Order: sequence, then structure tokens, then C-alpha cells
Amino acid sequence: MKITPEEILHVANLARLHMSQEEVGAMARHLDDILTYVVKLNELDTEGIIPTTHAISIVNAFREDEVKPSLDREKALANGPEQNGESFVVPRVI
Amino acid sequence: MALHALTIHELREMLASGQVSAVEVTRDVLDRIEKVEDKVKAYITLDPELALQQAETADKKLKDGTGGALCGIPVSVKDVLCTDGMRTTCGSRILENFVPPYDATTVVKLKQAGAVLIGKVSMDEFAMGSTSEHCAFGPPKNPWNTEYICGGSSGGSAASVAAGECIASLGTDTGGSIRQPASHCGVVGLKPTYGRVSRYGLVAFASSLDQVGPLTKDVTDCAQMMNVISGYDANDSTSVPQEAPDFRNALTEGLRGMKIGIPKEYFLEGLDPEVEKNVLKGIDLLREAGAETVEVSLPHTDYCVAVYYLIAPAEASSNLARYDGVRYGLRDKTSDALVDMYRNSRSQGFGDEVKRRIIIGTYALSSGYYDAYYKKASQVRTLITEDYRKVFERCDVLVSPVNPTPAWKLAEKIDDPMSVYLSDILTISANLAGIPGISVPCGFSGEGLPIGLQIQGAHFQEEKLLSAAFNLEQRLNISHLRPDNL
Repeated sequence: MKITPEEILHVANLARLHMSQEEVGAMARHLDDILTYVVKLNELDTEGIIPTTHAISIVNAFREDEVKPSLDREKALANGPEQNGESFVVPRVI
Repeated sequence: MALHALTIHELREMLASGQVSAVEVTRDVLDRIEKVEDKVKAYITLDPELALQQAETADKKLKDGTGGALCGIPVSVKDVLCTDGMRTTCGSRILENFVPPYDATTVVKLKQAGAVLIGKVSMDEFAMGSTSEHCAFGPPKNPWNTEYICGGSSGGSAASVAAGECIASLGTDTGGSIRQPASHCGVVGLKPTYGRVSRYGLVAFASSLDQVGPLTKDVTDCAQMMNVISGYDANDSTSVPQEAPDFRNALTEGLRGMKIGIPKEYFLEGLDPEVEKNVLKGIDLLREAGAETVEVSLPHTDYCVAVYYLIAPAEASSNLARYDGVRYGLRDKTSDALVDMYRNSRSQGFGDEVKRRIIIGTYALSSGYYDAYYKKASQVRTLITEDYRKVFERCDVLVSPVNPTPAWKLAEKIDDPMSVYLSDILTISANLAGIPGISVPCGFSGEGLPIGLQIQGAHFQEEKLLSAAFNLEQRLNISHLRPDNL
């Protein structure tokens, strides 16, 4: 299962990661190792097996719909690379 | 023994009786850090002044008899757990200057019990790794031989405990990240049942696998730490509303017919002969303590690495999407469009192993590949969980090695991620099934490197693990040994 540079660049774009030519090459080698290895899962017949998403099954982990104190605005903004006291400031979207 | 070399239970008694003060204990630990930290490099963030302030408060509490179970005990915390006002980096440049505005629940519990927080310890970036070499701020070194890895991803936790740079530590385990470094550094490390300990404030790597747990010098300390950190937390929707017992009740002499299963797949080809010898010796001692052994099988063991290295990266790719330079963390300020800012910030901030896993995870979840990879892995995860369910009908606990080999040299496998992934084969399944597992020291290799023995149990059966581990520790009589050439 050879992963192509195009596929890596496509996936990198989905993950919002920039990859140089060199990085794509190195990534391709490592990914091939991993993807070749995981093919062994096809040795197993999993017809009708329900996938596990939760190791321990908990149902309806709800709380009462009560207003409670949340994080203080100043604290919430404190780690912001750029903020105006009210919101986080970012470059334009387009 | 020096104060920093003692256990929680020994120190707590001395503190209670006034034989020693909390400030003296913290000073001794800080002196120790000053002496050996250059060689061990376990800490990313240290705050000696704050630690001494906490120790002073602890002394007041001890005086008026209001001191909690860990009052005056210096602890380290893996840098993946949020600490209010104390930098939390997750071993990553992308969070190099991140200061959380709140404490993780487990940190709150440590503080409520009176523990003295010495600092935050090193780890593989975002807990992705088995050697702690993927720490952006440099790897910790094995205190038993500083040319060797500590293991990972809780390498700093294991090293700081082993080196006497704290009395106990909080680590996390997603595929073995408490148990394996505990084994490599000769300390006790326990991964609780999924949901036993709150994940609130634990920076998420793989949400269905992550668990917080203690690394300590002995089993008694492990039980004490478990008492402090366990319990339902409404802030964690995966937290189980199940009362935790007093885990110290498990620390009794004799195993009274406890059935120990020996999973044959864990004594695999390539198992280091010294690891095998020491683990088998441990099993003999458990028999002497009254246990019965039976050979069992976990037939899907061989598939667990493939399952994990699809599921964990997939969950990670989702959990790490939040690091985009908007609200916290590294931001590339030269970008003049939003998507470029995301791309540049993430690419500059994340290390290679993290990028590798994000790519794998994104790929496994992407359209056209989801069924073949992620769904398939999740189905095999069910088979692995079923293996354990069947086996625990025939025995109380499972005993096996923790890692196929003792620790290896730093940089030895840095260019071969696949070989490191394969070494996780003995610890991964416990996370996939959500069951508890403990690593307890059971000997040393010919080169003086620690070897751990793993005990796994059914969901919420930590007491059986602690009981077996305690009896082994009593008979081995090596828990007082400390590395002596730092």
C-alpha cells in the first residue's frame, strides 16, 4: 500500500499542516511502514462485530440546566496571542 | 536514608509525629534536584519558591492537625495536566508559554490532600511516544544509567521519582505511558480503569484511551495516591459514578488462592531472556504467596498495535485540531490570512512525531478510508475487549512482562518509529479494553537496568492488582533500592 505524495499533501491540507518536499518524502516512508503493517487487520473476519467507541459504557452523562459561573473573561483571554480585551483578534478570513 | 529517598507513607508518619517538617522535606528534595537535575533533566518547569510556600502552609496544617493524606509531600506532575498559574507545555513548542487558568481535577485533589507541587515534568510531545525523546525541551535521562531512555511518554514522572527529585508523580497512560516508563525506571506505575480517575484538565491525546495515574516508589504509596485521585467528577462526562474503595485495604499478606492467568501471547518471540527470567521468578514468588497459576490465551494480542496506531492517531487528529494559534499557544504572526495562520502556526509548533500521527489519523478518518481503517480497527478493538472478558472468567489477574526488553540507549531508535510502536505490544491492549494495569519492579538486567512485571485485571479490580503487586514487592525486597551513581 504505497501512499502517494499527492495523498499526503491532501491529508496535510485537511489537517492544516504545511509540508515541504523533503518532509513529504520522509513522511511517505514512515506512513508506508505503518500502513503496510496495519493491513494485517484484514486477516480477521469482523463481519457483524460492533465497533467499540467507548471502553466503559456510560449513558446520559447530563447535568441540570442551571446557570453556573464560567471562566472569567480576562482569564479566558490571557493566553491569547492577540486580543482586544473582549475577543481574540485574528487575520481576515478571506 | 535521605528524606528525598523515602516514601509517602514513611514521610507522612515522620511529618505527623513532628520528627521532620514539611519545609525540611521540600528543601531536601529541592537540594537533590539541584544536585542531579543536570544529569536527569526530568523537569520542564520548576518553582522552588512556590514549593517552599506550599510547604510552609503544610507545616501550619500539620501543627493544627488538619493535614491531608499527602500533607507536605513533594510531588511532580506530568506537563500534560493543567496547573493553574503554572506553565503547561505538553512537551511542545506550540504550548511553550501556555499558562492554564485552572487546575486539572487530579491536581485539585493533590492540593486538597496537601501535596507540595514541585514542578512539571517532561514527556513525549502531547503524550505521543514511548521514550520521552519527542519532548521539545529535551529528553529526560534514565537515573539508573543516564545514557538510556526513561521510557515514555511519562518519562519525566518516572525519572523524577526514581531519582528522588520528588516523592511521587502523576503521569498519564494512553498505550502504556505510565507502566512502561515505570518499568524502565524501577518504580511502581498504575493505569486505572478507564473512568476511575477524572480526565478534566488532562490535555487530550486520545480521549477513549487516556487515563491519569500515579508513579510511586512502592505499592503502598500507589494505593495512597489512588485514594487521593480516584472518584467521580461531574466535569468529566466519561467519569464513572462508582465509589472508589480505600485501596490500602488491598495491601494484605497472602494471596489466598488468587488465580493468576499467564497469557501465552505475552511471552513472545523476541522477549529478552533477562526480562523473561525476572518475570518468571516474580510469578514463582506469587505462587509462594498463595496464588495459583493457569495458562491462558489472549488470541488477538498480535493485532493490538495495528488497532492502536489507527485509533489513537485518529482521536489525536481531532483533539489536536484546537491548536490553531487563535486562543492560546504559538501563533505565526506573519500570516495575513486565517487559514495560513492555522497552517503556519501548527507546522512551526508541532514536532515530527505529532505531525506523523496527525497525518495518519486524518488519513484513517478521511472519506474513502474510514471503513477500511478506523472502523475496522474499532471492530478489532471489540474482539480484544472480548478476549479479556473471557479470560477474566477463568482468572483474577494476568501477569506478564511490561516491555519486551529493558530500556535502550537514547537516540538508538529515533529514526525507526515502527520498531518503537511494536514494543508497545504488551501494554496497549489494556487501554483498548479500558482495564487497569500496574507495573511493579521485579528485578534488573545484567547491565543494571530495571525490569518491571505487569499485572492486569478486570474493570474496577485495582484492588486485586495492588494485592498481588504488594505481595510480590514484600517477597522481592528491592523497593528500597535507589540509583546510586547520579
